[in-house]
Amino acid sequence: MNSFGLLLILVLYLSILFYIAYWSEKRSHSKWTNNPYIYSFSLAVYCTAWTYYGSIGVAAESGLNYLPIYLGPILIIPTWMIILKRIIRISRVNKISSIADFISLRYGNSRFLGALVTLVCIFGILPYISLQLKSISDTFHIVTKTQASSNIFTDTTTYVCIALALFASYYGTRYVDASEKRRGIVTAVAMESILKLVFFLIVGIYVTYFVFDGFDDIYQKASLLKDFDKKNTIGGLTNGINWFFLCILSMFAIFLLPRQFHTAIIENNKETHIKTAIWLFPLYLLLFNIFVFPIAWGGNILFENKGHNSDTYSLLIPQLFDNNVLTIMVFLGGFSAAISMIIVSSISLSTMLSNNLLIPYGFIGSLENTSQEKNSKRILKSRKIGIFMLIIISYVIYRLFILDYSLFSIGLLAFVVIAQLAPAFFGAIFWKRGSKNGAIAGIILGFLICFYTLLLPFAIGITESTSLFIQEGPWGIGLLKPFQLFGLDYLDPIPHAVFWSMLINFLTYAAVSVSFKGNYRERNYAEMFVDIDKYITNHENAFIWKGTAYISDIQKVLLRFLGEDRTKRALTIFNLKYNIDKNITTADARFIKFAENLLTGHIGTASAKILISSVVKEDKISLPEVLRILEESKENIIINKKLTDTSNELKKISEQLKNANLELVNKDIQKDEFLDTVTHELRTPITAIRAASEILHDDADIPEELRKQFLQNIISESDRLNRLIDKILDLEKFETGKQKIYLSKNNITKTIKNTLQSVNQLVLNKKIDVFFDNSNKEIRAFYDEERIVQVIHNLLSNAIKFCSETAGKIVISIQDNDNHIAITIHNNGKSIKTQDAEAIFDKFYQSRNQNIKKPIGSGLGLAICKQIIEHHKGSIKIDQSVTEGATFIFTLPKYNTTENS
Amino acid sequence: MKKILIVDDEPNIVMSLEYTFKKNNFEVFIARDGQEALDILQLQLPDIIILDVMMPMVDGFATLEQIKQDERLQHCKVIFLSAKNKEKDIEKGLALGANLYVVKPFSVKKLVEQVQDLIQ
Repeated sequence: MNSFGLLLILVLYLSILFYIAYWSEKRSHSKWTNNPYIYSFSLAVYCTAWTYYGSIGVAAESGLNYLPIYLGPILIIPTWMIILKRIIRISRVNKISSIADFISLRYGNSRFLGALVTLVCIFGILPYISLQLKSISDTFHIVTKTQASSNIFTDTTTYVCIALALFASYYGTRYVDASEKRRGIVTAVAMESILKLVFFLIVGIYVTYFVFDGFDDIYQKASLLKDFDKKNTIGGLTNGINWFFLCILSMFAIFLLPRQFHTAIIENNKETHIKTAIWLFPLYLLLFNIFVFPIAWGGNILFENKGHNSDTYSLLIPQLFDNNVLTIMVFLGGFSAAISMIIVSSISLSTMLSNNLLIPYGFIGSLENTSQEKNSKRILKSRKIGIFMLIIISYVIYRLFILDYSLFSIGLLAFVVIAQLAPAFFGAIFWKRGSKNGAIAGIILGFLICFYTLLLPFAIGITESTSLFIQEGPWGIGLLKPFQLFGLDYLDPIPHAVFWSMLINFLTYAAVSVSFKGNYRERNYAEMFVDIDKYITNHENAFIWKGTAYISDIQKVLLRFLGEDRTKRALTIFNLKYNIDKNITTADARFIKFAENLLTGHIGTASAKILISSVVKEDKISLPEVLRILEESKENIIINKKLTDTSNELKKISEQLKNANLELVNKDIQKDEFLDTVTHELRTPITAIRAASEILHDDADIPEELRKQFLQNIISESDRLNRLIDKILDLEKFETGKQKIYLSKNNITKTIKNTLQSVNQLVLNKKIDVFFDNSNKEIRAFYDEERIVQVIHNLLSNAIKFCSETAGKIVISIQDNDNHIAITIHNNGKSIKTQDAEAIFDKFYQSRNQNIKKPIGSGLGLAICKQIIEHHKGSIKIDQSVTEGATFIFTLPKYNTTENS
Repeated sequence: MKKILIVDDEPNIVMSLEYTFKKNNFEVFIARDGQEALDILQLQLPDIIILDVMMPMVDGFATLEQIKQDERLQHCKVIFLSAKNKEKDIEKGLALGANLYVVKPFSVKKLVEQVQDLIQ
């Protein structure tokens, strides 16, 4: 394949990626770009060209040593549910945009610490980017079968690298706010992760099953090669310890590498996405490692004693069999692995560079008095140039220093450097006492040790053990031998450097933190980081600040970076969240923190603090005071919770009271209505009696006939009065529970027949046809016969009264069920309105809204029926399914309810 | 002879009223509810109407409203006769245009005097 053809394929491939990024940026809220799978695959930016090619190299040269780099993450990933979630929450509420922001904010928003972390990252990651460029360059030359040109300007890979730098700098700086999500980049990275895995699996299957005859075949042939056994055993305790340190190293790396911090934390949209990542990502790593060994040893068999670079076996094998398509696929997979790492790393590094180094130390002054557009442009430009320069510098490093090292060793070097952030980082989220000075001292000492034991020997190119510096130590001091510091001679160089640098780093961090008190700001942030779950909803409350500040001053600062609209919107949100009157002019601690947060995304935590403090006057707070306030706020939270509980309880009680009151009022109204009706009902017969008596009294010459009639009226009205009083008392007895019923087994058909007898005259008078089904069947149930006769009598009287005047008809039927019987009494008169169906059983019920209409009868009959039936544990209602005429239905239990209850 | 219409659904009360007014030289008409009263009023123009308030079908208040709309009946005096003795009921009755509101139970003798006062 010639260079031109390959370049064309690369351009095509890059434009597809570019399009994916563009497409998903536009659909940044669609479920295609916003799902846990995209998130999980984007984490696989961990697998760089080093994994893609370097693992094979290590497996070929030294057996299983490549494994710890994947074992470490797999072992630590289950803890993500707790640790990663916590880091994500802290970063979200504080608008953190990089690991430098994260660490420096925790230690009192220290400008120096942010810069230090940035420097460590740049130091560690630049060679790592170089490594990716090296792999692109190496593989490019293998695929095109050309030699790398020693002149940078005639080497094609130089231009590939420049194109990459332009792409990354354009796409990485879409937003001024660095804490914004970049869906485009993330989706493209996730796509690349899928592609590189698929291509790697394809070549793995190709080598294992097409070139060779399965795993067994490769193993058998490889075991004949010399050194096979030696390379493929773990090698006792010493090597075990080596493995242990490598695992620890990669555990740290999965948290601390700027690109991992970026994809896992800054680009996390939902905490729940972690749930998918904790199984999908380890699975991804496992899949990636299945074919490393067969490819490596397949290469060893095929190219025995040919002196090829074992890193590139995955390309060389298909090339050996002239499989061009597969060769290009593998190349593209490696290319994907490399560029996704380069792009994400350079974005996060340039953010750190601008937010934690350049702005706070350099041009923050010039940002203070210009307009928002100018500021945004300037920040973006600085980041753009940053990304571009980082990639170009990496290329230069690659050309100048690391042409000869294997991918694996450079990769590990980066890991060791980055690991220096571990004590400060993990201390930040677990240990409140950890202090700024401890973190700074630890990082610097750890870095120096790692510089001495690793970077220095590598940089001056003396990995060969023949060097005097390595063999004898500087000035012949044996204890200072860089690879056997203080006589520790059984570790490999990398684990050795890990051991000493981490030990010193950790001890220094702990010792300094314990020995010297931190300032109040550190203690404040320590609380907010470690107890993030407590402050998650309104973390501004946890920020302690005293002094004088004016909202208008702070607003001016915000305007210069956020612009008018966003500032206004943010202020409205803040006022709403904390229920603050918008006329208040002085800013409190919450507002200070809120404003700092708004700026943090744009210019980093340190600069945000500097800008805000330039317009406010802060009073010093002593550490004990901070501790006291924190303690108080803790108590407040508890008291608040208690208060909320109590107030909720009070609310509930007052609700209950309200309901009870309403019920009472209703009852009162009912009672009034009842009394009203009762007095009316009593007055009517009294009126009749009085009128008749008056006539009899005053009128001496009243005819005998009439006189008798008047006397008869007086008697019947007196009876009516008496019946009414009986009924009222009856009802009262039922309602107050004084009325007893005496259950016994009775035959309902007989009871009905007897009752029918008593109304027979009325039926005959109105010429009503009465139908009674099952009139001869014996149907037994438990009831108080006297009372049920009362009910049936009442229902029958009503039925007769309301029956159709002509051709009146009453139908009585009994349903014999398992547990109860149901008696239906139907008449063909007027039907009862649906809205009256229930209320008709209320005492003195009068059709609603017409309270002056006279009820028919005393108005107490049905109410008494209802009481009687309910005392029998039965029910009475109007059967609304029958629309013609009126149908009453009541039930009675067949068993003795008094025995059961 | 003066004409009187008695509207009440209680037959025993009606009987006493009928007897008393007849004895005092009234021509007496009787209705058992509002609808019946309105029907009678189509044919007769009484000088005075005694109207019960609580009646089935059309109640006393509604009946009076109907009466007030009939031009021919403008000269009719109306007395409400009711067991509803609350102030608001009495006010309502008078507001509707009744000349008198008599609370049950009442003295027959006194009612006759009141009626005679009204139509003089």
